[in-house]
Amino acid sequence: MDASQVIFILSAALIIASAVMVVSTRNLIQAALWLIATLFGVAILYAVLDAGFLAVVQVVVYIGAIAIMFIFAVMLTSKDMRDKGPQVNASWPGAALLGLLTFGGIFVILSKWDGLGKLPGEIPGGADALLAKLGVALTSPELFVLPFEVASILLLAALIGSVYVAMNKK
Amino acid sequence: MIPLSWYLYLSAALFSIGLFGVLARRNAVAILLSVELMLNAVNINLVAFWRYGNTASMAGQVFAIIVFAVAAAEVAVGLSLIYSIYRRRNTVIADELDLMKW
Amino acid sequence: MSFWTDPIKVVYDGLMLLLTGWGLSGAAANVISSLLGILLLITGAMVLDIMLVWVERKVVARFQGRLGPNRVGPYGLFQPFPDIIKLIIKEDITPDGADKVVYNMAPIISLGSVIFLWAVVPLASTIYGVDLNVALLYLVAAGALGTLSIIMAGWSSNNKYALLGAFRQVAAMISFEIPMVVALLIPTILAGSLSLKVITEAQAGGRWFFWLSPLGAVLFLISAIAELGRSPFDLNEGESEIVSGYHIEYTGMKFGLFYAGELLHAFTFGGFLSVLFFGGWHGPWASQYPLLGVFYFVAKAMFGYWLIMWVKYTVPRIRIDHMLAFNWKFLTPVAFALLVVTAVVHSLLKNAGFWPYCFGLFFSNVLLGWITLEILRASTRRQRLAVEAPQPAAQH
Repeated sequence: MDASQVIFILSAALIIASAVMVVSTRNLIQAALWLIATLFGVAILYAVLDAGFLAVVQVVVYIGAIAIMFIFAVMLTSKDMRDKGPQVNASWPGAALLGLLTFGGIFVILSKWDGLGKLPGEIPGGADALLAKLGVALTSPELFVLPFEVASILLLAALIGSVYVAMNKK
Repeated sequence: MIPLSWYLYLSAALFSIGLFGVLARRNAVAILLSVELMLNAVNINLVAFWRYGNTASMAGQVFAIIVFAVAAAEVAVGLSLIYSIYRRRNTVIADELDLMKW
Repeated sequence: MSFWTDPIKVVYDGLMLLLTGWGLSGAAANVISSLLGILLLITGAMVLDIMLVWVERKVVARFQGRLGPNRVGPYGLFQPFPDIIKLIIKEDITPDGADKVVYNMAPIISLGSVIFLWAVVPLASTIYGVDLNVALLYLVAAGALGTLSIIMAGWSSNNKYALLGAFRQVAAMISFEIPMVVALLIPTILAGSLSLKVITEAQAGGRWFFWLSPLGAVLFLISAIAELGRSPFDLNEGESEIVSGYHIEYTGMKFGLFYAGELLHAFTFGGFLSVLFFGGWHGPWASQYPLLGVFYFVAKAMFGYWLIMWVKYTVPRIRIDHMLAFNWKFLTPVAFALLVVTAVVHSLLKNAGFWPYCFGLFFSNVLLGWITLEILRASTRRQRLAVEAPQPAAQH
């Protein structure tokens, strides 16, 4: 039981516990805050997986922007601070069954795969060179510059679209 | 050393919890929160397979970054739609948005 | 390797020897030594925070032509301690209907997000918390956590003014993150790395990035002041504007945490200004004696903090819509133009030798600043002419 396994178990416990709280708590602001705890746990996992850039970008983009957008949306669409009425709809047993089936199905499929016990290999060139390689991958014409640019156009379209949709056309 | 299976089971569990949230919650904003959980599960999967597979190619990390961008765009548009629906119909409960049902 | 040339390694080796001598395994001794190191760094930052209360009050007093605290101890040096005692013995009020968990966690996260920043600051050539290769992005991430704590404070106070102040403050903070990130890209281009250690080492020998890119330093300073929420961008927490905004329901030591966090945040950004643009710990004999490097760093960080205070106590407050217009219509275009200019000049003159490179970058900055001022002047002139144009006489 070495250090990385301890960190994995702690962050996995944080992720699962916070995710369960997200889908079951009545107060939406608390749901958004539990989502932030989940996202933080996922960032820790990225750091364990030697994807340090992704860990920091997760905190900046998800926690620093998306979660704050959620909190703003909850504040703007709630009539008061206390939620009334049930927070799961009438078909929640079917949804729980479907969730369990999905997890069970993935579990069964994975157990038939023989690459399951794989251990991480060495990173060619060392872990510190990954950042430069990621930059080259995102901007080099042979690699992934096209998806990168298309993603930025997607964000521009989302920006203009969301401003237009939510605008007060008086 | 952490075997790959731990990451895959974790992301499967997170995905299933998100799926339950999407199908069972009444409030539209809560549904979007659960969609975020599912997207994060997918991202964990991508980065784990990148790390335990071919780390010479950065395709796994690039895919995860594109998923970040797509999630941000989807949350922005989704929340502005929910807000404009709230302005017209004064509700965000998904069951009550039924004007176009047959 | 004596204590004076590499203090951290000497202390670490000594600790490991001691702990393994007591029978602990190597990994456990490593964890304990790291925890002790973290504790030492945090204690240093917090003790500095206490002194900053005195520095702030003395400097504001001198800017306003008065003396400042001078009764408690020589030159009022012990003034922070009565302040702390006063805050601790105050009654701790929680507003009715507040969400208790969120209400209590907000000041902790606010101060925590500042202390997170001290993990990556290079205090000397061998004294730093950790050498992250994404340290500048980590800086932005810690700022995002600070933004989160403001929303938590504003929402959980169950108070309209707090909520309004929190909304506006967060809108301002996430808007000003964009020119700040772009201004952080300037030292990245000049040094070739996001790591603060590499950026500091690239400024060796007087090759400070302030000479290479003064406009970048000014841009970083302005967006940092806006990120801190200090005047002139503190409409949302001024007592005369919105009754202290999201601070309104916090009393006693919780308010003390917010206040101390804000002061430490300002000093930390002064530290970042010095690391990114003024050479960090570089100075005479700093490479051989790291403790001298720490002294130089603290002196330059104090200078940066003094700059921030100078701006605060000289310029009046800016209204929220002027603040956001300033960001989106002025700072962001200038920041992107500066980024493009720096990238082009850097890639063209990279191999041209030392002096053409430095002069090329410096003059491109000055040129860009001059063009910006000309555009501003033209647009102001156009507005003034439109207002002063002869109006037709009023019709009956």
